[in-house]
Amino acid sequence: MDVSEIQTIHHDVVIIGAGGAGLRAAIECSAQGLNTGVLSKSLLGKAHTVMAEGGMAAAMGNVDKRDGWKIHFRDTMRGGKFLNVWRMAELHAKQAPARVRELEEWGAVFDRTKDGLINQRNFGGHRYPRLAHVGDRTGLELIRTLQDHGVHQGIDFHMECTALRLLKDGERIAGVCAYWRETGRLVIFRAPAVILATGGGGRAWRVTSNSWEYTGDGIALAYDAGAELMDLEFTQFHPTGMVWPPSVRGTLVTEGVRGEGGILLNNQGKRFMFEYIPERFAPETADTIEESDSWLRGEEGARRPPELLTRDVVARAIRAEVEAGRGSPHGGAFLDIANRRDADFIKRKLPSMYHQFKELAEVDITQEAMEVGPTLHYFMGGIRVHAETQQTNVPGLFACGECAAGLHGANRLGGNSLSDLIVFGTLSGTAAAHYVRNLSSTPRADDDQIEAAFGWAREPLMRENGENPYVLHDELQEIMGKYVGIIRTGEEIEEGIDKLAALGKKVAEVKAHGASQYNPGWHEALSLHSLMITAEAVARAGHLREESRGAHTRLDFEGERDEWVKYNIVLRKDSDGEMEVEKVERSAPVAYLDEIGRAKIEDLESGKVGADAPDGSDIDLDAAFAGTVEHVEEKAHG
Amino acid sequence: MAERRFRIWRGNDQGGDFEAFDEEVSEGMVVLDVLHVIQARQAPDLAVRWNCKAGKCGSCSMEINGKPRLACMTRMNIFEADETITVQPLKTFPVVKDLVSDVSWNYQQNQRIAPFKVKAPGPDGKHRMYQEDVDRVQEFRKCIECFLCQNVCHILRDRDGKDRFVGPRFMIRAAGLEMNPLDDRDRVPEVRAEYGSGMCNITRCCTEVCPEGINITDNGIIPMKERVVDRYYDPLRLVGRKLFGIRKRKEPESYTVPAQPQPRSQNTTKGSNTAKSKQDE
Repeated sequence: MDVSEIQTIHHDVVIIGAGGAGLRAAIECSAQGLNTGVLSKSLLGKAHTVMAEGGMAAAMGNVDKRDGWKIHFRDTMRGGKFLNVWRMAELHAKQAPARVRELEEWGAVFDRTKDGLINQRNFGGHRYPRLAHVGDRTGLELIRTLQDHGVHQGIDFHMECTALRLLKDGERIAGVCAYWRETGRLVIFRAPAVILATGGGGRAWRVTSNSWEYTGDGIALAYDAGAELMDLEFTQFHPTGMVWPPSVRGTLVTEGVRGEGGILLNNQGKRFMFEYIPERFAPETADTIEESDSWLRGEEGARRPPELLTRDVVARAIRAEVEAGRGSPHGGAFLDIANRRDADFIKRKLPSMYHQFKELAEVDITQEAMEVGPTLHYFMGGIRVHAETQQTNVPGLFACGECAAGLHGANRLGGNSLSDLIVFGTLSGTAAAHYVRNLSSTPRADDDQIEAAFGWAREPLMRENGENPYVLHDELQEIMGKYVGIIRTGEEIEEGIDKLAALGKKVAEVKAHGASQYNPGWHEALSLHSLMITAEAVARAGHLREESRGAHTRLDFEGERDEWVKYNIVLRKDSDGEMEVEKVERSAPVAYLDEIGRAKIEDLESGKVGADAPDGSDIDLDAAFAGTVEHVEEKAHG
Repeated sequence: MAERRFRIWRGNDQGGDFEAFDEEVSEGMVVLDVLHVIQARQAPDLAVRWNCKAGKCGSCSMEINGKPRLACMTRMNIFEADETITVQPLKTFPVVKDLVSDVSWNYQQNQRIAPFKVKAPGPDGKHRMYQEDVDRVQEFRKCIECFLCQNVCHILRDRDGKDRFVGPRFMIRAAGLEMNPLDDRDRVPEVRAEYGSGMCNITRCCTEVCPEGINITDNGIIPMKERVVDRYYDPLRLVGRKLFGIRKRKEPESYTVPAQPQPRSQNTTKGSNTAKSKQDE
């Protein structure tokens, strides 16, 4: 292989992924004057962000003036069971409103309040109506706004182009090897900075709301390049996925249905969520149907209905009802909005849900209840990054959005994902520009790495015979669903890890038939590498964390254990190429965040707690780059 | 479960033909599910573009039994029990391979539309607009860019008018900007001169195939055509202008619409405004 003959494109920064985070990062990089390239596996504007329905959380206070960053921060920490990186949760709560307003300046058309401002809706775990939204297609609005703005910013969009391996020069990032899906041709992107914005790895499970793109590519690219991963055990099962027909099992049903008044019922017609209110949330949750209904009517003082508890709680409750024989005919729970709101309201507020059920399940949600059950939806964990710069432990490698760990802790609140994308997409872009500007020399990868990457990619095509990639993917999904599912035990996870190791041997012998031009079998064969790393990381982290916290539920270690909130689980590739897993002690939060996070809501709102906390973000990039990922929190607060 | 016969177009820009596949189909399946089963069991390199599988991303557009459709939203039970299902790529755009077509022309048209330009905010620094004023704009913004409307547009499909008309998708994109209360640009001149609003002869084929139910023709294209006619062809105004030379509109801030780009060599949409990246082949 003659590397000089391979197509080579130079950029100052390459962003891998063109969902909300990647596009926002690209816009920022370009605004900072970088020559910016974006790689996307799909066509522009098709990323999984379009599936985000409910809205983006930002404490703008347009609907309820009592809202503010401190309350949003507190909600996020409580939802994440206090395992969130404190500084990230702080930055997110502080910066989200400005990022949302900026989208409006770029042409996003949000639903309006009566006063003509951006409307905000209720969502699980958020104390006040906080989600800026557009019916139930907020993600589409976000991506289209960024896309239409981005195409005029001088950014090069490389569509249907898949990243294979990151390139390094010593410790530093030097670019990425990739291939054009359409032709199968290889391409080298040389760049001193790479931002990963690849989303999660939900395709390792069969029942998932994720599209085919969610194969954990960023997680694997980072891991192979020596970056650390964190908190992978926290995989969010969204409580409401479709359960019937089989071909759409797992497809998302937005939390907005419950935000707009939808309730969960078992097959005896009982509103079972009242039985599952955790102690931590009891003081702020309605305990009678009457109180729930008065909350829906907007009456002051009424507490929130239990259907709007955090996703981990609702998902486990539905599963428990099904296990107890009280499930719906196809093994879920009933989600009813038909008896709560009139047909016009439902069609106006939840148009794509109406459409989705009508078309795919032949159910009219304005007339009858939906059947729903848990579906693998989101990775709280991912690539370990510095809270302020989003840089990994590999210089020049950044990560933002779902593929990065930290903001959401053990469980993400609905609506905090879209705001995560725009807040940390922006921050990663700013930091990458700072990094590139301050480089003393341009890193350049040697030819050996490039040859190795492309040689590996062509193996499945060159093999005489081998395993069917579709069958292997199916086997992986079987293993993850069975051994590393929504409820876990140490014994089962061990069995799962053994099965993964056995499957890994077959993956090494995978065969792709046909030529390299637009060949889904080959694409599938290559994505197995990312999926396997991601799956193993979830299993190993899940095995080490001996407690149940947020989205990670261990039958053999029930309940949150106080000693475990002190640790993150960090994974990395050791010198033998094996996955190393380690408990790493978290650093203590700065005092004001600790106080706000744990304050009683009355004390926070009266100003008894947190009144002195600074409202600005106060990021010193020089200082931040001087620190390391290990010292994220201390460095952030000097 | 029942065995069903599929005829799927296989080939690339050099040519191709239909190939027959028999596959078991179970309750609730959509056409895309069957294509996936065929991939897994019979034709691993069958090229199909898809993403969300829920009608929200607009990737899996193709022609199924002659009708342009999203494969993920086409349930098998709409067909007769013994009906053969014929699947082929969109006709209006060049084929890449099998069911995948090259829709990059559409991305080039999108780039030709002047960016949103926000008006100054109110005295309190906030932008205000009311729900009833944005309902129509939001209808257009439901578009998932599946390009089925582009595929059936006679100007693009039969009359090879890609150099004269941007097509229904981009007419409603322009309409969504023109009708946006916060957009500060006058788009009528571009709509007429650059996007070819006069080409559309209102057959409503685009509206019929829209999977999002957007009323493309009546709510988007016709009002845009009316604005063009009011501006440029209103006889009273013409006379008024001739006689008095008054009521001349303030010229809109100029935006140079990029020319139709050349056919691409790779799947990259080059950044407009600045040509920053360099490439060495």
